[in-house]
Amino acid sequence: MAKRIDVNDLNVYYSKFLAVEGVSINIEPKSVTAFIGPSGCGKSTFLRTLNRMHEVIPGGRVEGEVLLDGDDLYGPGVDPVTVRSQIGMVFQRPNPFPTMSIKDNVLAGVKLNGQKISKSDADALVEKSLRGANLWNEVKDRLDKPGSGLSGGQQQRLCIARTIAVKPDVILMDEPCSALDPISTLAIEDLINELKNDYTVVIVTHNMQQAARVSDKTAFFNIAGTGKPGKLIEFNDTAAIFSNPEQKATEDYVSGRFG
Amino acid sequence: MSAMTTFERSNTTLTPPPSRKRNSLAKGKMPKWALPAIGAGSIVLGAAASTLTGFSVATFAIYSAVLFLVIASVATTVVEGKRRGKNAMWTYLIYASFILALIPLASVLYTVLEKGLPGMNSHFLFTSMNGITGAVDNQTVAEGTPVLGGAYHALMGTLLITLWATLISVPVGMLTAIYLVEYGKNGPLARAITFFVDVMTGIPSIVAGLFAAAFFGLLLGPNSRMGIVAAVALSVLMIPTVVRSTEEMLKIVPNELREASYALGVRRWRTILKVVIPTAISGIASGVTLAIARVIGETAPILVTAGIASNINLNVFANWMSTLPTFIYYQIMTPTSPTNVDPSLQRAWAAALLLILMVMALNLIARLIAKIFAPKKGR
Repeated sequence: MAKRIDVNDLNVYYSKFLAVEGVSINIEPKSVTAFIGPSGCGKSTFLRTLNRMHEVIPGGRVEGEVLLDGDDLYGPGVDPVTVRSQIGMVFQRPNPFPTMSIKDNVLAGVKLNGQKISKSDADALVEKSLRGANLWNEVKDRLDKPGSGLSGGQQQRLCIARTIAVKPDVILMDEPCSALDPISTLAIEDLINELKNDYTVVIVTHNMQQAARVSDKTAFFNIAGTGKPGKLIEFNDTAAIFSNPEQKATEDYVSGRFG
Repeated sequence: MSAMTTFERSNTTLTPPPSRKRNSLAKGKMPKWALPAIGAGSIVLGAAASTLTGFSVATFAIYSAVLFLVIASVATTVVEGKRRGKNAMWTYLIYASFILALIPLASVLYTVLEKGLPGMNSHFLFTSMNGITGAVDNQTVAEGTPVLGGAYHALMGTLLITLWATLISVPVGMLTAIYLVEYGKNGPLARAITFFVDVMTGIPSIVAGLFAAAFFGLLLGPNSRMGIVAAVALSVLMIPTVVRSTEEMLKIVPNELREASYALGVRRWRTILKVVIPTAISGIASGVTLAIARVIGETAPILVTAGIASNINLNVFANWMSTLPTFIYYQIMTPTSPTNVDPSLQRAWAAALLLILMVMALNLIARLIAKIFAPKKGR
């Protein structure tokens, strides 16, 4: 479990439009890496390239390489489905499957893929995943109720449970707390701290305090102007980014002078 | 007035408000009895006006409605102000159009029930027209015995032909819609299909019937009329409806659900099968049911494809078949006994009632399906 990601000179396109340019970054296993930056700077776009979700959007394509423990995700003959089963993703808005119960939502990755799983294994996996997402105690009595009946914060943790149930090596989170209240946010942040014991976590956030609280390393993305590509400006230990950034733009951003 | 209000307001801040002060925010309000009174008055005046020009129910209703509309709007304007008056006028206008729209429906239901109920009995439901000749009807009328002969063959024909039409059009229509929404996106092929589906929606039903008749005529030789040909003709009419409704339903499935499924490493076709379609199934199912209700009453395409029969034929792949609409048509246009048409009329109206009941049942089933399959929200 927990693999490293190395990105070499990655360009991300929407059809002809260059959205993110020349990103090189090394993400250590069992660490939390935060991407920060102003809106539209390409941090979410870049995150989606790390598990080939970017190409789900019509016209989405990349140049360059993304290595998962040395294997290129974009190499010839690589099945995006394999990539996505090893690199999970949690989205901005909680999106449990409305037709499924809480239990089926957790098992979605297994069941939707048509894998056979015995009832005892399934129950064990549900409990383990829900415990891993700090949700077990809240939902253990209503596993057969629809997932859409939970609160927003619980739904988001259900989505995290669903993601870790497929046993990925890396978990990507795209602003997982932006639709949640402070208490649910705290629950998710605690969870991220626990997740890094087993997984490599990459999180995109708009909230700089959140980046400072949860991450080991922080990457600052910026954009020169509308229509220009987003770029990775600085990537360093979180403490260094927030207290002693090398770049002027990073300092301006983290000190609240713009963005 | 404004000075008065200011004075009152400043006064209330100093001393407790007087117990029965007139609310300065409130305007005039019509008393509760006013509207019923205006209604009663309009009816009386409407009756009087209608009597002056020779009384009829239609003019009575129209005069009363117009009078009520005018008087109630004017009264509201005078008492409650201009904006309230306009609101009242439009509210009553909308109610009036609603009632106007209901009149044909209620009238149809009443007529069909009145004329169809006497013929609705077990004999009608469970026997065919096999062996029922003009002589039998003449004897029935002469002796005053219950009408013999029924629509069992036509009922079964309707059910079978519609079933086969559904079996053909649901897979074709649903797969087309899935291609359009999930795969075609907005490519040239998808745009072409959308265009031709739109064209298909406008095909007159008789043309669909002629197409099916000609197509099977080419394949199997002339005079190849049977149930399946009618089913093909009906499916030509059904497919565009099924495509359209399925397409709309698939479009409103949030993209986030598809992405969530992809992000779990689920393949596209499995995502469509296990996430997208279950989420949209209630809408798809009710759309299909409504499409069935739409074609079940078709007459012209059945006449040219399945012909007409008076005996029970449960095999759609051989021999002519009747359906309820063609049964009605033939009973009315060529009564079994040309001298005594009443038994035929009675059978036709009973068949019409049966058809309406089936369409109503289908609509109720559509609602039920939508409710049963809808994603549950319980806590």
